[in-house]
Amino acid sequence: MFEAGCSGPDVRSDCLIRFNPDGTDIKIQIESKVKALYGKQIEAQIREALHKNAIKAAQIEITDAGALPYVIWARLETAIRRAGMQLSSLLLPPAVNGVRQDSPRDRQRRSRLYLPGNTPHLFINAGLHNPDGVILDLEDSVSPEKKDAARALVRNALLAVDFYQCERMVRINQLPMGLEDLEWVVPHGVQLIVLPKCENADQVRQVDDRIRRLAPKRQIWLMPVIESAMGCFHALDICRASERIAAVTIGLEDYTADLGVPRTAKGKESFWARSVLVNAARAAGIQALDGVYSDVVDTEGLLAAAGEARSLGFEGKGCIHPRQIEIVHRAFAPTREEVEKAQAIVDAYEKAKATGHSVAVLDGKMIDAPVVKRAVKLLEQAKKQ
Amino acid sequence: MNLIPNAAGRRVPDKINGRPAIHYKGVGAHIPSGRTAGRKIPSCTAYPPDGNKVVNDLRIALEMCGLSDGKTVSTHHHFRDGDLVANQVFGMAAAMKVKDLVWFPSAAFPCHAPLIEYLDNGVIHHIEGSMNGPLGDYCSHGKMRGMAVLRSHGGRYQAVQDGEVHIDIAVIAAPAADAFGNCYGASGRSACGPLGYAEADAWYADRVIVVTDNLVPFPCYPWHIQGQLVDAVVVTERIGIPEKILSGTTQITKSPDRLRIAELITRFAEAAGIIHDGFNFQTGAGGISLAFTHFLHDLMREKSIKAGFYLGGSNQLPVRMLQDGLIRHIFDIQAFDLEAVRSSHENPAHIACGPFTTYNYHGKGNLNSLTDIVVLGATEVDTDFNANVVTHSDGRLMHGIGGWQNCLFAKCTVLAVPSFRDRIPVIVERVTTLTGPAELVDVVVTERGICINPRRTDLLDAVKGTDLPVFDIHDLKQQVERICGGAPEAPKTTDKIVAAIKWVDGTVIDTVMGVVDDGQ
Repeated sequence: MFEAGCSGPDVRSDCLIRFNPDGTDIKIQIESKVKALYGKQIEAQIREALHKNAIKAAQIEITDAGALPYVIWARLETAIRRAGMQLSSLLLPPAVNGVRQDSPRDRQRRSRLYLPGNTPHLFINAGLHNPDGVILDLEDSVSPEKKDAARALVRNALLAVDFYQCERMVRINQLPMGLEDLEWVVPHGVQLIVLPKCENADQVRQVDDRIRRLAPKRQIWLMPVIESAMGCFHALDICRASERIAAVTIGLEDYTADLGVPRTAKGKESFWARSVLVNAARAAGIQALDGVYSDVVDTEGLLAAAGEARSLGFEGKGCIHPRQIEIVHRAFAPTREEVEKAQAIVDAYEKAKATGHSVAVLDGKMIDAPVVKRAVKLLEQAKKQ
Repeated sequence: MNLIPNAAGRRVPDKINGRPAIHYKGVGAHIPSGRTAGRKIPSCTAYPPDGNKVVNDLRIALEMCGLSDGKTVSTHHHFRDGDLVANQVFGMAAAMKVKDLVWFPSAAFPCHAPLIEYLDNGVIHHIEGSMNGPLGDYCSHGKMRGMAVLRSHGGRYQAVQDGEVHIDIAVIAAPAADAFGNCYGASGRSACGPLGYAEADAWYADRVIVVTDNLVPFPCYPWHIQGQLVDAVVVTERIGIPEKILSGTTQITKSPDRLRIAELITRFAEAAGIIHDGFNFQTGAGGISLAFTHFLHDLMREKSIKAGFYLGGSNQLPVRMLQDGLIRHIFDIQAFDLEAVRSSHENPAHIACGPFTTYNYHGKGNLNSLTDIVVLGATEVDTDFNANVVTHSDGRLMHGIGGWQNCLFAKCTVLAVPSFRDRIPVIVERVTTLTGPAELVDVVVTERGICINPRRTDLLDAVKGTDLPVFDIHDLKQQVERICGGAPEAPKTTDKIVAAIKWVDGTVIDTVMGVVDDGQ
């Protein structure tokens, strides 16, 4: 018996599939809380998958807690693979609209919601909470023996789950395993690859090459995560290693472990690293995004931390719970005073230009070009809120 | 027994457990006639002149009150899953070798699973009351001899008042009582709050037994039930476990999806102009309702808005709003947590009342229609806005109606539901069991957005131009079916009617068929 998936009293929206490639015909046994409503469909789905792959003899048992069809396909594919069989036809769900669209490089990335890659019940409504991006995670939230299952599940989620306006990101594993992850997600609707524990430009180039080979026509972005002292020293090289890089971020848990210091709420120990990151990003013309705030209950703390991140020059922050998203957006939104001031600057500049003055003046102060540029950017940002 | 189509197009029996039944004719269409029921005329000469009605034990009380084959016995659910009295009553009936009783509870809970034994061995013939948990399963499998009859709290009062159900013996668990039978719910070690559900029984039952674990000196005042209605008082070890009142869904939800629903309701209510000074509201004790109350509290404080009354089952959240001066009064039939028990005892603005002042449709007015907004749950809602609250989509009886049907008469009824649960669609083509008719369901709020009943053009207009995610319920159903992998199959049923669903006026709005178990 080869199995894949999860079952148990606390499991929701998932199933456990046992696959035994024995016998003389197909035997399917279904135990499901939705058997009265979808029992026939579940059986038909499994039969179709086996038929497509010319599997004529197998015993299959499914213990289902309301898994959606894309989950059932992913679990079945993993079980079949674990039995050492090749699939001539991947068990892909029908794709939702827009799944193969690229995202704009400079799109807003204030919030990105991390979703553990092997926990399907967290996927389906993630987009409703309006994060700017979702990260389907194949790395730290997936235990080593479940990496294969998570790959199939994340691939199918990218195709079948409507994440609405969110940028669809996948965090791959550290290289070299991460290169293999790319085979699963790059052809199937990912828009940005998060490269964890990045320490040098060569790692970025390896990922870049592999993506180019897998999807030559797509504009898939990269976001390295710097999580070590070495990574900090190579930050600028990393940020400039590929045209694909749209943003860079920091992993503070690993970074403080690398330094051998405890991670504190105030974050003094990571101040240098975060500043280096912001500066490297700015120098490379990409976005710097802050790491996550791990205390889900402490909303005040999150608001303060996100505000501090903004003041350091970060343009976004990671979220590990949907309730953090709105708070992060609030922290990164320009204040009314900022918007009013920026508008006044832009107005003064436009007026000076229209009247042929070479220098704009506001409240007796000369307005430099970079001040205008910053004001324009802020107003654009305010419009998107 | 013949099946006839009612005004909602559902086929319903013209007889239930041998008695004639009226089919549902539409909201407000059935006009009752005749006079209300009454109990036998008592005389004080039959009662001890010293006013001491205490008897030694429950058996003596039941014998005195004439417990015998085929009688109807009622109990109440003020302790919810912590009730210790109903099981004692039927245990005693079994010991007395009585058969074919009808149990007429105000609601049943999983703690009543031991009664299945008495259904099996003939002590109880059938149950007329909510069917949830193990009893619902038992009934759904067609194992009960009679047909279950499910009524709302108001419908229960109406049935007793109108003489549809005659209670032979009512057993009232009282956290405080005196020897004359006056009793009160909100004090004593088993304090449970108002005793609203026992009021109909006290007035209309032939015989009334009060069971207490806290006999207090005469007079027990304030009182919820007056001793002049009571035949006997029994003192027992323990009547209920107040901590278990909390059982079930009485916590604010932590689910981000459900919090989103609560937030959308709050934004909708504000945008539609419902949250204004003096507005009246009601929310249930479910997770989403509690979260809505919480958000509403913040909004009202921020905008300095004060509500008129809150209609309970109450809990700690409206109690806090009452204390903060954001609500003027709480009307309360039943406490959902110990804070509400305490408040009902201490705060004169926390008014204990029974279904006859609020939920009874056959009364001279309806407090529910004074309510500006009510937030309720449902197991299914269909594209016509009909709703189901008693069965799951697989046809199994799972929940009682509670006050749900009665609350639909609010000026704005909001059903707060996820659009699907795991893979079970909640927004469906046609509800499995019709419990609430479409014309009374105004708004359905799900995690995916808000659907407004097209009949409510005023509400549709009110939210026009806002950034609320409002869309057609047919679109939502389509979205849900795309996610779940198509429309669900119709559940397989037997041809046996296992339960009848009553509307608030006593007419039959739908039936529930037995389920077929295919080895789940």
